[in-house]
Amino acid sequence: MDNLVPILAAAIAAGTPLVFAALGELVVEKAGVLNLGVEGMMLVGAIAGFATAATTGSLWLGALGGMAAGAAMAAIFAVLALNLMANQVASGLALTLFGVGLSAFVGKPYESVSLPKAGAVDLPLLSQIPFVGPVLFQQHFLVYASWLVFAGVSWFLYRSRAGLVLRAVGESPESAHAIGYPVIRIRWLAVLFGGALAGLGGAHLSEFYAPMWAEGMVAGRGWIALALVVFATWRPARVMMGAYLFGGVTIAQFFAQGAGVEITSQLLSALPYVVTIVVLVIISRNVDTIRLNSPVSLGRSYRPD
Amino acid sequence: MNRRNSMRTAAAAAALAVAVAAGAQEPLKIGFVYVSPIGDAGWTYQHDLGRKEMEKALGAKVQTKVVDNVPEGADAERVIREFAASGNKVIFTTSFGYMNPTIKVATQFPAVTFEHATGYKTAKNVGIYNARFYEGRYLNGIIAGKMTKTNVAGYVAAFPIPEVVQGINAFEQGMRSVNPKAEVKVIWVNSWFDPGREREAANTLISQGADVLTHHTDSTAVVQAAEEKGKYAFGYHSDMSKYGPKAQLSATTHQWGAFYTRIANEVLAGTWKPVSVWGGLKDGMIKLGPINPAVPKDVVDLVQKAEKEIIAGTLHPFQGPIKDNAGKERVPAGKTMTDDEMQKMDFYVVGVQGSLPKN
Repeated sequence: MDNLVPILAAAIAAGTPLVFAALGELVVEKAGVLNLGVEGMMLVGAIAGFATAATTGSLWLGALGGMAAGAAMAAIFAVLALNLMANQVASGLALTLFGVGLSAFVGKPYESVSLPKAGAVDLPLLSQIPFVGPVLFQQHFLVYASWLVFAGVSWFLYRSRAGLVLRAVGESPESAHAIGYPVIRIRWLAVLFGGALAGLGGAHLSEFYAPMWAEGMVAGRGWIALALVVFATWRPARVMMGAYLFGGVTIAQFFAQGAGVEITSQLLSALPYVVTIVVLVIISRNVDTIRLNSPVSLGRSYRPD
Repeated sequence: MNRRNSMRTAAAAAALAVAVAAGAQEPLKIGFVYVSPIGDAGWTYQHDLGRKEMEKALGAKVQTKVVDNVPEGADAERVIREFAASGNKVIFTTSFGYMNPTIKVATQFPAVTFEHATGYKTAKNVGIYNARFYEGRYLNGIIAGKMTKTNVAGYVAAFPIPEVVQGINAFEQGMRSVNPKAEVKVIWVNSWFDPGREREAANTLISQGADVLTHHTDSTAVVQAAEEKGKYAFGYHSDMSKYGPKAQLSATTHQWGAFYTRIANEVLAGTWKPVSVWGGLKDGMIKLGPINPAVPKDVVDLVQKAEKEIIAGTLHPFQGPIKDNAGKERVPAGKTMTDDEMQKMDFYVVGVQGSLPKN
């Protein structure tokens, strides 16, 4: 039991950047847009957040800076893919490549800078609960923020009128357009939202998780986030579960190694990917629910005329 | 002297001056290929320090150029060829994965001298160089063995290759030489560079009882993690004390400056030969980082004594008897591991926990 607390607490922290980025991408894809630029947006968010926090001394402002930078990156994608109707897959890949280079370039002067220390924020009362308290309620503030985002996204998509419209745009932009909804504007907003969350995920990595800036530090987490959305069949709760599962297995395999478990470390390193995908595939294997949840117009350009 | 004559004389003098300047001053052009950004600490940073040291030592005799962040593979070959084609006479390629591209370009430019770090292939115009990092690890281990309270050290490692295994074993040997109960726990992160994972691995080791940490990866995350949790750590590649002023007890640092200067001088003098250099404390290619004031005087003395003995050749981190952690004898008493044996090291010595992942 005592061993489990640090593992689970670390798993939550490790999964949080994925929660942000994947929930953002979920909303984007629900609007029928496939943005493969998550990795690039996370990287730019990471350096922007880090740089803002380092210059202003405020981690809050850093988080906002990360969001703004992620959204700005997403805006480039939106112009290309939504207004100019470039191929979404190609535009997204280009965005990732651009983000990798841009973040490395801008980040040069920040490679050895350190940030004000980000202590964990213990939630009053809740953090005193045995076992659950130290796991869930003694985290950095962005972890709590990620839960609010999760609640917000779930409510928005399935309980609000605006969410219904967004999903309609993802299912059939023609019909949504026919009844008078501004398809392109809605998709724009979704893409910006996704970019802001990817940027926030990146900022969480560079400000709280690592906390340092290093070139390429997102290290593939953007791609994991993209995969999570698909394997979780576009459902927020499963995305969240997948993110924590991935974080949990990542941490657990370190503990296993430290405890001297006789499994080769290469296999252990592959475990988070394998376990997450296998589990999500198994719980989401129902073909009808996949069909029900996957946005029909995903990745298709739409010209309103 | 008429006007025309004086002009002719002046022109001749100017031409002569240019010719003399060209003959005496033509600097030796030297190219450096780095695998990562230079940054502020780490593997590439140390190579760049070495380059600057050489520039300082040789002044106008050399002129250096750098391309950093070159991925191993096809890009590397392009960069190396570009260097050779644009008149560089010496090219240092500073990552293991540049080995085949270096050899390939070298055959096409026989007049250019190549020096490849950490590889094992030489050619008529390709020399190789590496450092005995394990000697520094052993000295760090002595400090760790004396400073640990839990008798557990944590080691964040990248890939299970002999060079990394040498470091782990030498560290444990150093610890055991002063503390028979010392253990090393190893976590492999399977990446040279992933600050997030390195940090998680460090935190994991701390929560499993390690109170002294070190790492064989490229970022400063482990030293930073130790600083935050109030534990001790050792820097690697560079002195990382500014990332962990309280945490860093010492470091194993790489010093390439003297070597680079020597190679440039040899090429200038025409005496260069393609040899394999594996230098350690004795050659100044490895240095013990500054020792933290928290380390008591008697421990400092102990470390300095061991350092002198290694330099004198009377102490070797891998002198027998050495058993692996499964109890099998690897080096009999009275014997010392040869360079060849060390370069194939594939076992953990007694005291290292767990089993070595097979490559």
